[in-house]
Amino acid sequence: MFTQAETTTANSSQLTPDTRLIRYVDALREAFEEEMTRDPKVFLFGLDVDDHKGIQGSTVGLQEKFGKDRVFGTPLSEDAMTGVAIGAAMAGYRPIHVHIRMDFMLLCMNQLVNMAAKSHYMYNGQVKVPLVVRTMIGRSWGQGGQHSQALHSMFMHVPGLKVVAPANAHDAKGCMISAIRDNNPVIFIEHRLLYSTEGYVPTQSYEVPLGKARILTEGSDITIVAVSHMVMEALRAKKHLDAIGIRAEVIDPVTLWPLDMDTIMRSVKKTGRLLVVDNGWLTCGASSEILTRAMEICQEEERVTPPMARMGFAPTTCPTTRPLENLFYPDGRTIAVKAYQMVEGKQAKIWEPPVGAKTEIDAFKGPF
Amino acid sequence: MINQEMTARLYKMMLLIRRIELRVAEIYHTDAIKSPVHLSVGQESVAVGVCDPLEVDDIVSNTYRCHATYLAKGGDLRSMMAELYGKKTGCAGGKAGSMHLIDIKKGVLGASAVVGTTIPVAAGYALAMQNEARETGRQRVVVALCGDGGTEEGCFYETMNFAALRKLPIIFICENNRLAIHTPLEKRWATEKLCERIATYGIKTHKIDDADVFKIRDTVANVVSDIRQNRAGPVFIECATYRWLEHVGPLDDHGDAYRDNKEYQRWKDNDQIARLANMLDAQVRHQIENEVTVALQDAEKYAEESPYPDAEELYAHVYAS
Repeated sequence: MFTQAETTTANSSQLTPDTRLIRYVDALREAFEEEMTRDPKVFLFGLDVDDHKGIQGSTVGLQEKFGKDRVFGTPLSEDAMTGVAIGAAMAGYRPIHVHIRMDFMLLCMNQLVNMAAKSHYMYNGQVKVPLVVRTMIGRSWGQGGQHSQALHSMFMHVPGLKVVAPANAHDAKGCMISAIRDNNPVIFIEHRLLYSTEGYVPTQSYEVPLGKARILTEGSDITIVAVSHMVMEALRAKKHLDAIGIRAEVIDPVTLWPLDMDTIMRSVKKTGRLLVVDNGWLTCGASSEILTRAMEICQEEERVTPPMARMGFAPTTCPTTRPLENLFYPDGRTIAVKAYQMVEGKQAKIWEPPVGAKTEIDAFKGPF
Repeated sequence: MINQEMTARLYKMMLLIRRIELRVAEIYHTDAIKSPVHLSVGQESVAVGVCDPLEVDDIVSNTYRCHATYLAKGGDLRSMMAELYGKKTGCAGGKAGSMHLIDIKKGVLGASAVVGTTIPVAAGYALAMQNEARETGRQRVVVALCGDGGTEEGCFYETMNFAALRKLPIIFICENNRLAIHTPLEKRWATEKLCERIATYGIKTHKIDDADVFKIRDTVANVVSDIRQNRAGPVFIECATYRWLEHVGPLDDHGDAYRDNKEYQRWKDNDQIARLANMLDAQVRHQIENEVTVALQDAEKYAEESPYPDAEELYAHVYAS
């Protein structure tokens, strides 16, 4: 529907004759099917994974193929079900636990922070917790205060967890395969509005390594690091900037923890400017971490800290009504203006990028 | 069926736990142990009665008051003492301390300091054991212990429901000492019908109100056998017991206002260690006591003489490879 073909083609080393254009949601489903076929220890569970809608289609047909012992729905007991996943993981299985919205993960924090993150360390390597927690950030069609939260920085804060937030179909499949094979708890952050976006995805199995950022477009004037759905907005901003001769290098960290600062800093050395656009709040967020690390690295290397800025959600609860919701998020135009001001300086004349075509945000009619 | 051999075995394990914990209390003021200790003195019969019928590859999960169950399930005594001392040779290299004992080889899952947390984790282990049994034909059993306070956590009820729904091979044991730190049960429970509450999930329940070690052992042995042969899980067992010492630390706090000295005396008169001592021949008893003394001295010496972890251990095992 809304293709990311241009960017993924340019950056996919796995482009082969059997690569096809498929949706993010289908890429995820393919990863489950391939990994569950490969490894009988992988199982997938969570509320509604086995219903007729199958988590927006990402789990449809899996129970029929793998049976009720390996794909099953659960009671609405997010806390205990997370503990169950951790116990099964310690016992040698590879559970994938699914939450249809990230907001529900707040009910699992004790298990994730006190057990999943700490067990390998606290028990001195006697146990491993190879667990994938799938979770989806919602947006648009009135998702409101409790169906739209992006809480990745809470998980980045805790040693022992890995946090990944792929922004295109290719990375969704490859990161999911890596996450399932990883011997640590991985918080796997999906975005509802990415589900319908298409990208080139190989049919065969492949891993996108965790902890490696992806340069989506090369540029010489400013580095824009964008997270999750904001990658799409950053790419729209890049097109606006192209039109006025500003070349933006757009980087998707893909994995938020461990963070690939090497790739980001190589880019910043080249462009001399860093703008971080988080799909989340700013305070103590991923943007705080990226900018702080950038500053620390510059100081360690005795270099001048380049101009840096950040954008993200407004410091409010996400409102439901569309006119206010539109103001809550950065978009391609606001990102482009920010980048323009950073490149041209404070004296630059006011520039307003043209209003763009309809996007996946406008296309989403919910209801969920 | 009670015989001398079983009596001697149960007596020896209860005595070992009692004496190692009293020794911990005795030396606590020296600060050799730099960790909060939650002692099980008075509660030994539950740990020993529950663990005695289990096989090595059965699993127990634990509360932070975990020394007794760790030892009763076969956890290594030297490694426990070294862990309390924060030494490299401890069961978790000094990173866990008293509240997080673990011995995976002996089927002791890592304990948690956050009340109730290990209950669903144990159920996850049971889910894995249920799957495993479909291939191996042999059903291993998980025993999840919690206190009366643990039954107040949301995850306790979530886990009861899920375990019953999936017919998991798990035995839940509630060690009911009627205290959550200093708060008595009467201030925390709307009714005391715990077993009745659990029974509404379709879970079989047993209530043992006198901490009789043989009764606990027999009940668990029968339940284990039923789960192994007939896939009859889950089962819930409530065991009344009594905490002789303070919630955390080495002291007897019966001088404090929240304690009832009459109840303490009643439980002391019912002490299972004294009871079993009287059931044994004097010669057998002395031999056991000597063996326990030797084991204790050996463990303490081992802990004292072991080195602390090296500095690079700080960064080991943050992530699994």
